Amino acid sequence: MTDKTVTRAHLSEAVYQEVGLSRNESAELVENVLDEIAHRLIQGETLKLSSFGTFTVRQKGGRIGRNPKTGQEVPIEPRRVLVFRPSHVLKDFINGKGPKPSERNE
Amino acid sequence: MIKSELVARIAERHPHLLQKDAERIVATIFDEISTALARGDRVELRGFGAFSVKPRPARVGRNPRTGAPVMVEEKRVPFFKTGKELREKLNGGIDRGEDED
Repeated sequence: MTDKTVTRAHLSEAVYQEVGLSRNESAELVENVLDEIAHRLIQGETLKLSSFGTFTVRQKGGRIGRNPKTGQEVPIEPRRVLVFRPSHVLKDFINGKGPKPSERNE
Repeated sequence: MIKSELVARIAERHPHLLQKDAERIVATIFDEISTALARGDRVELRGFGAFSVKPRPARVGRNPRTGAPVMVEEKRVPFFKTGKELREKLNGGIDRGEDED
């Protein structure tokens, strides 16, 4: 484990290296991909990325929660949460048991 | 939405890009995230969310059909935590709580 943090800048650099657009445009594209995904999820759509995973928006009902420190009851409003379910390909790859998701023939 | 629709949408927003380039861009982004996670790195995309890897210790499981104990090896599982901004937007701009980024 190297324990580093990868950010947008790393993703833009990878796109720059791989596709050969300008650095600026590469950064803009990374942003647009994330924006497009976020936009769809906000609409309530599910996003399926084969061999990576699925993002789903789930509706959660309201409930009475409790402040764990004070024990005081606090109402938790109904809300929408985003759930990511990794694909088997990604899980296997992370455990060194499979090819890189993009190198897998589907 | 599936990957090909995402690719088509990106190509549409950048008309000078070839479809094939849009495909490579989307693939590169998710490849980078996957490889980072395989290295044990964290991927933090402010406003969107963060991907990380959580360890799951070895345990004794059971074959649900026979009830026989089975050793389940230690493994690592990918995990995604929604970013604050996206969490707010999913709820019409209001952050309904839970923990911070």
